[in-house]
Amino acid sequence: MENDRVTESGGDESGYLAERGWRSWAFTLDHKRIGVMYLLTTIVFFLLGGLFAMLLRLELLTPQTKYFSAHAYNVFFTLHGAMMIFLFIIPAIPSGLGNFFIPLHIGARDVAFPRLNLASYWVFVAGFLVVLASLVAPMDTGWTFYTPYSAKTGAAVATLSFGIFLIGMSSILTGLNFIVTVHKLRAPGMTWHRMPLFVWGMYATSIIQVVATPVVGVTFLLLAMERLLGMAFFDPAKGGDPVLFQHFFWFYSHPVVYVMILPAMGIVSEVIPVFSRKPIFGYKAIAYSSLAIAFIGFLVWGHHMFTSAMSPLANAIFSFLTFFVAVPTAVKVFNWIATLYRGSITFESPMLYALTFIFLFIIGGLTGPFLAALSTNVQLHDTYFVVAHFHYTMMGGTVMGFFAGLHYWFPKMTGRMPGEKLARAAWALIFVGFNVTFFTMFIVGVRGMPRRYAEYLPKFHQENVIATIGSFLLAAGVLLLFWNLWHSLRKGARASGNPWRALSLEWRTPSPPATENFHEIPEVTDWPYGYGKPKRTPA
Amino acid sequence: MAEGLAFGAASEQAARVDGVFVMIAVIGGFFFFLTQGLLIWFAVKYRRRRPDRDNETPQITGNHLLEFFWVLIPSIVVVAIFYYGWRVYADLSGPPEAATEVHVNGRQWLYEVRYPDGRTAVNEIRVPAGKTVKFLLSASDVIHGFSLPDFRVKMDMIPGRITTLTLHPERPGRFQIYCTVYCGTQHSNMLAELIVMAPEEYARWEAGEREGPAGAVEPPAARGERLAKSAGCLNCHAVEGPAKIGPNLKGLFGSKRPLEGAAEAVADEEYLRESIVDPGAKIARGYPNVMPTFKTTLTPEDVSALVEWLKKLK
Ligand code: HEM
Ligand SMILES: [Cu+2]
Repeated sequence: MENDRVTESGGDESGYLAERGWRSWAFTLDHKRIGVMYLLTTIVFFLLGGLFAMLLRLELLTPQTKYFSAHAYNVFFTLHGAMMIFLFIIPAIPSGLGNFFIPLHIGARDVAFPRLNLASYWVFVAGFLVVLASLVAPMDTGWTFYTPYSAKTGAAVATLSFGIFLIGMSSILTGLNFIVTVHKLRAPGMTWHRMPLFVWGMYATSIIQVVATPVVGVTFLLLAMERLLGMAFFDPAKGGDPVLFQHFFWFYSHPVVYVMILPAMGIVSEVIPVFSRKPIFGYKAIAYSSLAIAFIGFLVWGHHMFTSAMSPLANAIFSFLTFFVAVPTAVKVFNWIATLYRGSITFESPMLYALTFIFLFIIGGLTGPFLAALSTNVQLHDTYFVVAHFHYTMMGGTVMGFFAGLHYWFPKMTGRMPGEKLARAAWALIFVGFNVTFFTMFIVGVRGMPRRYAEYLPKFHQENVIATIGSFLLAAGVLLLFWNLWHSLRKGARASGNPWRALSLEWRTPSPPATENFHEIPEVTDWPYGYGKPKRTPA
Repeated sequence: MAEGLAFGAASEQAARVDGVFVMIAVIGGFFFFLTQGLLIWFAVKYRRRRPDRDNETPQITGNHLLEFFWVLIPSIVVVAIFYYGWRVYADLSGPPEAATEVHVNGRQWLYEVRYPDGRTAVNEIRVPAGKTVKFLLSASDVIHGFSLPDFRVKMDMIPGRITTLTLHPERPGRFQIYCTVYCGTQHSNMLAELIVMAPEEYARWEAGEREGPAGAVEPPAARGERLAKSAGCLNCHAVEGPAKIGPNLKGLFGSKRPLEGAAEAVADEEYLRESIVDPGAKIARGYPNVMPTFKTTLTPEDVSALVEWLKKLK
């Protein structure tokens, strides 16, 4: 768009959005613009991944394959899983909302390394393009790429692994950038214990990204070397070990589920106090439990492998440690609920999604012990029970947290309010559709239906029909949600600097913020949750 | 209650796993109602009733005693659940005395079964009730899963290793076996059955295995058709409708077959036999070379029966 349009519209567009033209975006060093680019990109991947989910559900309407071939189904669940994980849920909150709000939250003008930040965005896009190139021979391995299947299949495994390698690199760079930013760029008076909990969650996340992601990079490199150069790491015929791959893979991918959930927990910790106008309950417990989860998360990867013939002792140790991730997680849930106690609660869309996060995450969390306990794990592993469990935590948890964050920060990012009526209608569809879809999967999983099945026995038919109906409601809700935000972007009511009357620093700048965030770096004298009276920092 | 929500457990072992399941469900159910109840109750009770009264909330930033208990109680609960989950698992994987061993090999996309006395079968495992069976599991191409939900157990089949799974089937019946580790295109059709027989019946079957069902002499083509289903041929070959992984079998006999390279062959009896025992020898053009050999799993009589059946598929 032309540059002069802006001035004509009489200050219509202001702040960091004022400059127009694609160059002002593609080469920007502003963390807010980079955050917005990440958000838009990852939302596109979310919708694409969702489209594949709908194709899966469509096919599962009938026991026999009907609309697609079995191979096509296998490609769809691989693309659905891989896109949702690597292209949406890992980057969306950290790189999107994190980029935008960490500097604002700690009172900085930008992240520590703005150029690196831009570079990691473009590395991410390059990774996506490589992933796209792999579609010449689409992957049918599942997002877990287990060897030896992944070493044998005719698909473009090496290409896809390289794409994911790049995406992982972008994730490491972002994590590094955030760690340094949090250490070095906090505003005067912003002590560690005055940092918003979103920043704490992001800090713990960044540590995991920096420590764990190189492992998956190396794993995919080894896999590519095995395929391209015939080297034997995982092929038993040549003396390799196929289970070794699983150890490598889960050593990364287990901690990464916390990369997916911790940022969302951070968002919920921001939203709950604002809309109950109460100080957060147990600030330090929430902050440190993020670190505890990040740490314990590194020790439990073996719980994905209880049926891979590890020693019974190893199984027992992994099972024991797994249960201990539950404790800091439970503490957070209790703290959020306690924050509501004697609050003055309102139910605008961010709060609705945050409460939905807690509701669904409790179900995801309480179904975890079935999978952590050895004997029931062996029963349920690789069945639809697992599919239900991780959708409750990842979609019911993280995605709801993401939606809460999108609505909460929408006024800050765009200068407009999200439309409430449609936001609530979308919420209702999502809530009902979600539970119909995924609760049903617990049942069919307990009855023994394995996951990744293009065809299933007729006795599972009824559940699958119900789940598919639910998924269409859910999809309608998600489309309505994004349509509403899109509409609000252009027609929404103007937002003031602080429409929710929150206390954290990002609300002390105009909406949308100016390019360098603050006209004057604020001096911080209190923690961000001083609702009620009298004001004070927590003991 | 064989097909309810928690469908019938097929052994005492399975019933013990169900015990752990129910215990977790009860504890989980308690915390479910507690947390969701408080969440909803607080949200309703403390909703803002008067728009202007919003900041009059108490400054509650924590409560050390409360927080101590809600760390302590979940910790105790998870240790208890861990303990019972592990106990039952350890009991079930302990060394069984006097187990019958059955070797099961997984390959894309069927199970090859070998009994200690050398008998073989495909996709069908027969064992007597009341005796412990120990499965020795292997795989010849990729990882497969060997899952018996009625017994609440599963174990991966890993190339280059032998893994084991023990079972104590108590009542006769037919039980579904699923492959649970994704293994390629026909993964969801990699199914088999565990047939638990009353001991006398098992003995009779063991003695007269070669005569076909009910000891009657079965016409070869009928026997071939039965084998085509049970041996897994139809997982990859269609008879009606569009081709699956391999060529369609209908009208195959006597037709000219284009092969990889420029060659051609006529599908006579010898071609059919060779395609079953040595599938890599002549590869049909346009299809991947993925068919396993049935040399060790089907007897020559079985193969002839299959050929007779194929000849009838006009
Ligand atoms: C409209 C919402 C969604 C529906 C209806 C849906 C449905 C499904 C279905 C049917 C499967 C295949 C299960 C199988 O065959 O094993 C699946 C797998 C999966 N889904 Fe979703 N899903 C949805 C959203 C999500 C979201 C938001 C995420 C993560 C952010 C996600 C992550 C995954 C993963 C990781 C897998 C495993 C893929 C694999 O087995 O390789 N899904 N989903
Ligand atoms: Cu398999």
